[in-house]
Amino acid sequence: MALDKAIGAKRELMIRVALSGNPNVGKSVIFNKLTGSRQRVGNWPGKTVEKKEGVYRYGEKEVYVVDLPGTYSLTAYSVEERIARDYIIREKPDVVVDVVDATNLERNLYLLLQLIELGAKVVIALNKMDLAEASRLRVDANKLEEILGIPVVATVAPAGIGLEELREKIVEVARAERQKPRIRYSRDFEEAIAEVARIVEAAEALRDYNSRWLAIKLLEGDREVLELVGKAPEGGEVLRRVKEVRGRLEQKYGDVEMAFISERYRVVGEIVREVVRGEKALEASDALDRALLDRYLGLPVFISVLWIIFQFTFIASAPFSDMIADFFALLSERLVGITGVSRLDYMLFGDYGLLNGVGTVLSFVPLIMTLYFALSLFEDFGYMARAAFLMDRIMRRLGLTGRAIIPMILGFGCNIAGVYGTRTIPDERDRIIAIVTNPLMLCSARLVVFTLIAEAFWGPAAGSILLSLYLASVLLAILVALVLRRLILRGEVSPFVMELPPYQMPSLRVAATYTWLRASLFFKKAGTVILAGLLVLGALATTDAATLGFTENVSASLAAALGRVFKPLFEPLGWDWILVVSVLFGFVAKEVVIGTMAMLYGVPEELFSEFLRQRYDPVTMYAYMLFVLIYIPCLATVAAIKHETGSWKYALLTVAYGVVLAYLVSLLASVIGRALFPGA
Amino acid sequence: MQLTRLSELKPGEEAIVVKVEGGGPLARRLADMGLVVGAKVRVVRVAPLGDPMELEIRGYNLSLRREEARLVLVEVISSGAR
Repeated sequence: MALDKAIGAKRELMIRVALSGNPNVGKSVIFNKLTGSRQRVGNWPGKTVEKKEGVYRYGEKEVYVVDLPGTYSLTAYSVEERIARDYIIREKPDVVVDVVDATNLERNLYLLLQLIELGAKVVIALNKMDLAEASRLRVDANKLEEILGIPVVATVAPAGIGLEELREKIVEVARAERQKPRIRYSRDFEEAIAEVARIVEAAEALRDYNSRWLAIKLLEGDREVLELVGKAPEGGEVLRRVKEVRGRLEQKYGDVEMAFISERYRVVGEIVREVVRGEKALEASDALDRALLDRYLGLPVFISVLWIIFQFTFIASAPFSDMIADFFALLSERLVGITGVSRLDYMLFGDYGLLNGVGTVLSFVPLIMTLYFALSLFEDFGYMARAAFLMDRIMRRLGLTGRAIIPMILGFGCNIAGVYGTRTIPDERDRIIAIVTNPLMLCSARLVVFTLIAEAFWGPAAGSILLSLYLASVLLAILVALVLRRLILRGEVSPFVMELPPYQMPSLRVAATYTWLRASLFFKKAGTVILAGLLVLGALATTDAATLGFTENVSASLAAALGRVFKPLFEPLGWDWILVVSVLFGFVAKEVVIGTMAMLYGVPEELFSEFLRQRYDPVTMYAYMLFVLIYIPCLATVAAIKHETGSWKYALLTVAYGVVLAYLVSLLASVIGRALFPGA
Repeated sequence: MQLTRLSELKPGEEAIVVKVEGGGPLARRLADMGLVVGAKVRVVRVAPLGDPMELEIRGYNLSLRREEARLVLVEVISSGAR
C-alpha cells in the first residue's frame, strides 16, 4: 500500500502528531477530517487495542497523525492509558493535539493537565462548540488559551469548523522550541516537585525524561516510574531522597497520589469557573434516557434494539452474500477445463477448489461490513454504553462484563461478527474472555447442519432438539467463561466505572470509513490465512493416499486416509471415517460438514435424510451435533480471533479447548444417551 | 454530620464525597473520573435490575456498580425532590 510506504519512509521528515483525548469527544471525526482517506487501522503491537494512523499535507509539510486510545487519565493502570502515555514518552511526538469536549470541560481538562505534566507540546481542539452553545453553555476559548498559555482552537468537527486553524497551529507549535504552560499547583506541591526534579536532574541516566514529570510520578509512587528509576545507576540514592520529600507531603495530605488527583481537579475547577458561563442542560438526551433506561421499558427496548441490529445485519447482507457465493460457484463452473490440466483444474475450480473456497469466505464480507456499520452507528449514538448498563448485573454473574452482551448475541448470527463485536469492551481481560467464548455461540452456519440432521431424525420434534442445542451453547459459554476467569485470566470482573455519554447524531462518514478500513483489513490479513488453509485442505482432498498422485475420488484421498487414522479416537463416539472427515473439512466453514458427508456417501441430496437414518442411530447423531457445535471455530473465525487479540495464543487456545471440550461433552452425551435409550 | 455510603442513596439525592475507602487501582480510577473528596454527586437512576447505578458528577454521567459505590462515603445535602 502506498500509505504504508509513505508512513514508513518519510516518518523521520514528517511532523508527528498524536491525537489525545477522553472517549466520546469526537476524536475520530477530527482524525478523519484531518487525514481524509490517507489512513490505515491496525492494532498496537501485541495489544487488542486499535491503532489508527494517517498522513496529510499542509503546505510544504507532510504531517503524520496517530490516534491514541481515548482515555480519561494517563496512569499505568489500564492498557489504553499505558499505550497513550508510553507513546508520548518514548516516541516524543512533535505535537499532541488534545481534543477537549466543550460541554464537559472539567473532566477533559484533567487529562490535559497530565499531558502538560508529561512535557508534551500541546494544541487544544476545543470541540463540540455548537453543542455547548445549544445546551446554553458559554465557553470562552480565548480566555482558556490565556489561562493555560497553550493554543486553543474552537472546533465543530463534523462541519469542519476550525480544522484549518488547527492544521496551522499544529505546524506552528511543532516549530516552536518549547512550550511554557502557565499551570501551577499550590505551593506545597510545587516545592516538592521542584525539589525532586533537582534530584532527578542530577542523575545522568534519567536525562532523557522530562524531570517535572518524573518528579510528579515519583511522588505519586507510580510503579512503572519507580521501576524505571530503580534501574538507573544512581537510582537507589534518588529513590531514598524522594522518599523523604514524599514523606513530608504524606504527613500533610495523606495518600500522595490521591492528593495529586485532588489538586489537579482543584486547578481544573478554578479554570472552569473563569472560562465557562451557564449551566448545562441536555434535555433531549435526558428525556431519551428516561425512556431507554426506564425500569419497565428499558429491557424490552434493549431486546428490540438487538433484534433490529440482528435483522439489519443479516437480512441486509444476505442478498450480497448470496451474490458473491453464486458468482464464485458460477465462475468455477465456467472455468473448469480452462487450464487443460485436470488436476490443476480440479484443485482450482472443483467443488473443493480454491475458487469456491474463496467464494465461501468472501461471502462473509457483506455481513461483516453491514455489522460494522450498524455497530459503529449505535456506538456513536451512545446506546452501547446503555446496553452494558442494562445488562451488567446478569453478565457479571457469568464472569463477563455488561459490555459482552452485544458480541454474545451477534455470535448467534456469526462468530466472526461476535469476535469483532468485542471491540467495545474496554478491559483487555474481559475482552479476551468474550472473544474466546464467542465461538460457542450456535452460529447460523451450524444451524444449517443441525436443522438437516434434526429433521432427519426427530421430524416434528426437531425444534425442541435445536432449542436444546441453543441451551447447550449458552451454558457451555458460561461454563468456559467461569473457568477462564478462574484459571487463566484470573481476577474479578473489572470495575464498571463507565461514562454514559450524551446521545448524539451518529456520523455516517465515520461509520463508512471505519467499515471500509476494517473490511479491507479482513481481505488482506484473514484472506492470507484462509487461503493457506483452503489450499492445504484442497491438496489433501485431491491427493491419492496410495500413489500420492492426483485423484478425484475423495474416499481414496489423503483426507480420507487422515479420517481413517483418527477414526480409532472417535470409536467410543460411534463414528465412521466419513463423520471424521466431515468434521475435519468443517474447519473451513461449518456448512461444509453436510456437503462433505453428501459427497463422501455419494447420495443425492433428496435421499440424504433417509440415508442418514439408516446408517446412524439418534444418540450418535445428537452427540455428533454437540461435537460440531463445540469442536472448533471455522477458519475465518480463528483468523478473526488471531487478528483481534493480536496473537496466535488465544486463537490456538480457542481451538484446543474446543476440541477437548467437544470430545468430552459428546462422549458424555453418548454414554448417557445409550444408558437412557438402550434400544437406540 | 451524617455519613452514608453512596450505594445507599436513592435516585434524585445529592451528596458531597467525604471519603473514598479501599485505596489501590479502583480508588485511583474513581478519583480519575472526578470522585474525589469534596466532589458533588447526584444519583440519576438505578438500572432496571437494581445494579449498576447512574450518577451525575462534574457535569457528566457516570455508571458505577453498587459494590464500587459502597467504597464512597458521602454526606447527603439534598433529597432531590423535584
